[in-house]
Amino acid sequence: MTTEARTIPPRTPGAPEPPGGARVSLEHLSRSYAGVKALDDLSLTVEPGELVALLGPSGCGKTTALRVLAGFERVDAGRVVVDGRDLSRLSPQKRDMGMVFQSYSLFPNLSARDNVAFGLRLRRQRSAQRRASAEAQLALVGLTEHATKYPHQLSGGQQQRVALARALAIEPRVLLLDEPLSALDAKVRVELREQIRALQQRLQITTIFVTHDQEEALSMADRVCVMREGHVEQLATPEVLYRAPSSAFVAAFVGTSSRLPAVRHGDEAVVLGTACPIRPGTVRPTGPAEALLRPEDLGVRLDPDGACTVVARTFFGGTTRLDVLIGAAICKIDVRSDDAAPFEPSARVEVELRARDVLLVDAG
Amino acid sequence: MASLVSDLAVEEVLGAPGEQRSRPTRRRIAWWRAVVLLLAAAYFLLPLYAGLRFALQDANGNFSFSSVRAIAHQPGLGDAFWLSAELAALTMVLTLALMVPTTIYVHLRLPKLRPVMELVTLLPIVFPPIVLIIGVLHAFPLWLRNWQYMLALLYVVLAMPFVYRSLDAGLSAIDVKTLVEATRSLGARGPTTLWRVLLPNLTSAMVSAVILTLALVFGEYTMAALAQWSTFPVWLYDFFQTDGHVTVAVSMAALLATWVLLSSIVLLDLGRSRRQANRRRS
Repeated sequence: MTTEARTIPPRTPGAPEPPGGARVSLEHLSRSYAGVKALDDLSLTVEPGELVALLGPSGCGKTTALRVLAGFERVDAGRVVVDGRDLSRLSPQKRDMGMVFQSYSLFPNLSARDNVAFGLRLRRQRSAQRRASAEAQLALVGLTEHATKYPHQLSGGQQQRVALARALAIEPRVLLLDEPLSALDAKVRVELREQIRALQQRLQITTIFVTHDQEEALSMADRVCVMREGHVEQLATPEVLYRAPSSAFVAAFVGTSSRLPAVRHGDEAVVLGTACPIRPGTVRPTGPAEALLRPEDLGVRLDPDGACTVVARTFFGGTTRLDVLIGAAICKIDVRSDDAAPFEPSARVEVELRARDVLLVDAG
Repeated sequence: MASLVSDLAVEEVLGAPGEQRSRPTRRRIAWWRAVVLLLAAAYFLLPLYAGLRFALQDANGNFSFSSVRAIAHQPGLGDAFWLSAELAALTMVLTLALMVPTTIYVHLRLPKLRPVMELVTLLPIVFPPIVLIIGVLHAFPLWLRNWQYMLALLYVVLAMPFVYRSLDAGLSAIDVKTLVEATRSLGARGPTTLWRVLLPNLTSAMVSAVILTLALVFGEYTMAALAQWSTFPVWLYDFFQTDGHVTVAVSMAALLATWVLLSSIVLLDLGRSRRQANRRRS
């Protein structure tokens, strides 16, 4: 899914003007909890109007980084700079950042409209203006008819949309999203992530989005920051991250990949008996190497005398994923579901390399 | 009995294959439920019935309203009741002022201390009130011992276990940390967060705490008697030596008054919530 393909909803009459985005820099952030490093010299810059996803496994420090940015956590070292101003010592109230939390964070005693108006009330907006702004924000997220409902009367997806409207109502310079979709069911998650992205693009607000879901990160973000053990493993566009991961960790974490033994000859590697160029700009191992292959990098055909065996088959709608035993390794290969019927478990097959180039990593 | 009930519950959930079989099952469950309900009702209502019957008898055991009519003319009753009411109000204010911020702080900043708080707040139940009041009577300066509202300070300690548990349950029902962080990200400071978000969501817990405190103060005898203050329970005990029928009639009237008061508090709270909801809808 590309960002260009998404439709951006038209501006609602009365909706606030786009606040524009700020440049956000996290500079050499370090934070330890009881000797364990949650952030380890983390540096990252987010351009104005950009949506950057912080992606990584549990405990990689992505939520800590977001909380440091919001001002909820202090750092042992480093700075948070927004538009050239050091905010490290500023309280969350003064940082001018809107935040949407993982758990539904609506105030249970207030209606959807009053939730959205909460921040405006603190900014001493007049009642009528506050009400109009809150309703405009609710219209922005498509919840006009739910303005008087209380959080317990709303579904999870609706609650998160109200939370988004509430965060946007104060016209923050930076929007922080802390796994806002993780508590929702799959269909609502997809709908809401498209809505968030469309809104973010329309308002051109700098957004930092924490997720552990690679599909979410790849489909929403301008750039994805893969984190590991408190530091940035790679920061790149989704396409670069998928096609040219900078390490085996990134390759394994982003997308599906399989490993096959490879023999390196200069700028080429021999995989499955086929010589193939090594992907330009990637690290080249000096010792024993393995090729990291995406499911679409391999082709498969039925062959009763083939050296490989299908061990499992998983239906994904348009495509079917085969687990194929090649020597001692199991590789994942995608085929069109229309063609998948003959590839039953235990079927003998032949596998061929279809990639234009391959990514090599150290064997082991 | 437990296994029988669980078996019946399973049958009810799974459903019997035929309608003819499911009907007797439902009847059996309803029968057991009715028995349990009747036993519980009898346990609570029989003492009240006995008290009411005793209050509505004269010295010869005949039915009479004379004890009820006599309530208004008993010397010292009004003062004793008023003192207990003042002590209850003071205890409620002090307890909530002390325990609401403390419990919120523990939930928010020191969640690991919650088991310690559980233990500490249990201590007033473990130690008999007589130990506390004797210690206080020895340790407190004379002016404080002679101050009748000194009892409220002690009642705060007695009410602490009930109030803490009530507030703890109320706070556990909401995600305090996230709510506070959400208010802070929107620009709110501590007092605003407390007033506009936390307290409105703790109303039920605070009403429970108030009810428990009220019941405790109006029932506490040991401390008040040893400190020689004539609170409502002390008056009841003293007057029982003179006229048992009137004393029980007063007790029943107090019970009724307390019930009406508590119901009013709950109804007022419900009414307030409904009015707010209607106002927002309009």
